[in-house]
Amino acid sequence: MSTPDAPAGPRPYGLLAEFETADAMVAATYKAREAGYTRLDAYSPYPVGEAADALNFPKSEMGPVMFLGGLTGACAGFFMQYYLNAYGYSLNVGGRPYLSWPSFVPITFEMMVLTTALTGLFALIAICGLPRYHHPLFNSKAFDRATRDRFFVCIEADDPNYDPAATRAFLNGLNPASVEEVLDE
Amino acid sequence: MATADLPTTHADDRPLEPEMIPLVENKHTLVSIGDAIGGVVLAGKHPRGWWIGFLAGFAMLQILGVAVIWLLYMGVGIWGIDMPVAWGFAIINFVWWIGIGHAGTLISAILLLMHQKWRTSINRFSEAMTIFAVMCAGLFPLLHMGRPYFFYWLYPFPNVAGMWPQFRSPLTWDVFAVTTYFTVSLVFWYLGLVPDLAALRDAAQKRWQRIFYGILALGWRGSAIHWRRYEKVYLILGGISTPLVLSVHTVVSFDFAVSIVPLWHATIFPPFFVAGAIYSGFAMVVALAIPIRRWYKLEHILTDHHIDVMAKVMLATGFLVTYGYVSEFWMAWYGHSLYEWGTTLQRMFGPYAWSYWILIFTNCVFPLTFLWSKRIRRSAFWLELICISVLIGMWFERYVIVITLSRDYVPSSWGRYAPTVWDYATMIGSMGLFLTLFFLFIRYLPMISITEMRELLPKKQGGGGGHSIMENAP
Repeated sequence: MSTPDAPAGPRPYGLLAEFETADAMVAATYKAREAGYTRLDAYSPYPVGEAADALNFPKSEMGPVMFLGGLTGACAGFFMQYYLNAYGYSLNVGGRPYLSWPSFVPITFEMMVLTTALTGLFALIAICGLPRYHHPLFNSKAFDRATRDRFFVCIEADDPNYDPAATRAFLNGLNPASVEEVLDE
Repeated sequence: MATADLPTTHADDRPLEPEMIPLVENKHTLVSIGDAIGGVVLAGKHPRGWWIGFLAGFAMLQILGVAVIWLLYMGVGIWGIDMPVAWGFAIINFVWWIGIGHAGTLISAILLLMHQKWRTSINRFSEAMTIFAVMCAGLFPLLHMGRPYFFYWLYPFPNVAGMWPQFRSPLTWDVFAVTTYFTVSLVFWYLGLVPDLAALRDAAQKRWQRIFYGILALGWRGSAIHWRRYEKVYLILGGISTPLVLSVHTVVSFDFAVSIVPLWHATIFPPFFVAGAIYSGFAMVVALAIPIRRWYKLEHILTDHHIDVMAKVMLATGFLVTYGYVSEFWMAWYGHSLYEWGTTLQRMFGPYAWSYWILIFTNCVFPLTFLWSKRIRRSAFWLELICISVLIGMWFERYVIVITLSRDYVPSSWGRYAPTVWDYATMIGSMGLFLTLFFLFIRYLPMISITEMRELLPKKQGGGGGHSIMENAP
């Protein structure tokens, strides 16, 4: 027997509204934020910068992250060469100084590029919470088209303003192609 | 192309090109782009051309197998290398392959930063070409080591002998440059693939395809927040790959230029090598694009306009390379160095003069005469012929450079170099490795970026209106 405190079946993840154009998705995102929703996201088959702006995410954190990665790699690369050729295995080539920095430039640069790229890849995956092979949104059949030709806005159930009926009515007012409840199972 | 059926421009569409040539033909929608590109992979029907290409490559790969096994059993003595030409085919093929790879990074990174939207149709498969070409390139120094299973000695790692690499040597720089280049190219390529793999996952009908592409797609779901981060990373990767691609061939040229062999010890080598790399790389991209777009009927996405633009890039880099040859000659004469000038005369009229003149003909005279003509740039047959000529020419360029070792300062140290059948077998085998990997790539991964083509589509047709990554990634 189900009681109001412990409803039977899986909890809802959120309400997913489907739109036919990117502009409609962006407009819906702005309206949802104006209506006070904070836990929402927009999904599109290609990047739509305005959607991220509408979600109040004007600038990603990847730039500083990759910069730090590159800086670490460059410093490590340079001092590795200096330490190894001066102390680890001292090589006196024609009486040149051990800290012959010009000859360390190529490897310092390559190490900088390498660490920047690897930091970018792994930080992107980690910060986006990937790899994640299942996500509640994948329960929706319509959501298959998020990588094809449709644009989605999802207001999540943990939003303080979320109310199954009121939120559905709100989304229906935005002229979507469909609105469906996605279950978190 | 008839102007009558051009779509009227939406107010938000950015001009794709100054001359407004549509980079993706009309009547496409988001779905039709996905089906045209993804269908090649998902439908699993392959034209006869694919089978011919793949089986030819796979047969050549077997030659590589035999050559490598014999090499590991006998040692590098089976090759024609000896004093004074101790490098031979191994370094020629190494430089040739890695040069070919450079066009991929150039197209994906430098053209990205320059807002060249025509790169979109060709960047994916030229990036794949880069990765496979660098794999082929890496094969040669590995095999030339004699004991390839000790390859990790090239890297700094703690060991009981207390030995560390000599970081002042260009050969050590080369190890780091090529390793970095391969890794960064792979990261760049894979990152570009992730949204497309997600599109394939969602479009796939067969279970194994959903699992295969699903695992590779990392659970990508196209969230606006993720896209913003993704575009930033992609842009920065483009930004760092640009100096990287220039640095890699510069370091490769240092292998030669830092030595004191006449005609090698020249400051023109780094830019000259980079220009040559781009020249041969574009030749390879066009040589592959012409048959493949025909087999898969992708002329509406990879248009004549793309091929034409690439041929123009070849024309420009061809002249840069020719400038390098003229400059080498001029410096040798003007520099009044007995050895530089003597070696130049040996190169032009000595025992290997034939290779020098093949180089001049296939790399300069033939392509640079005919590439001016728009009719030839748009003729599949002639352009293919020119590209093959450039690939041969760029191979001979490295041959001519390496063969310089046969005649240097003192006649008593002069010698001759002749490749053996195993040199040829390894070279043909590396081409087999390249073709096999390339045709498998076409078979299992989208050869054109679905996501970027969708961004390029006018807004009226549901696309991003030619929005570029630069505008989206603050």
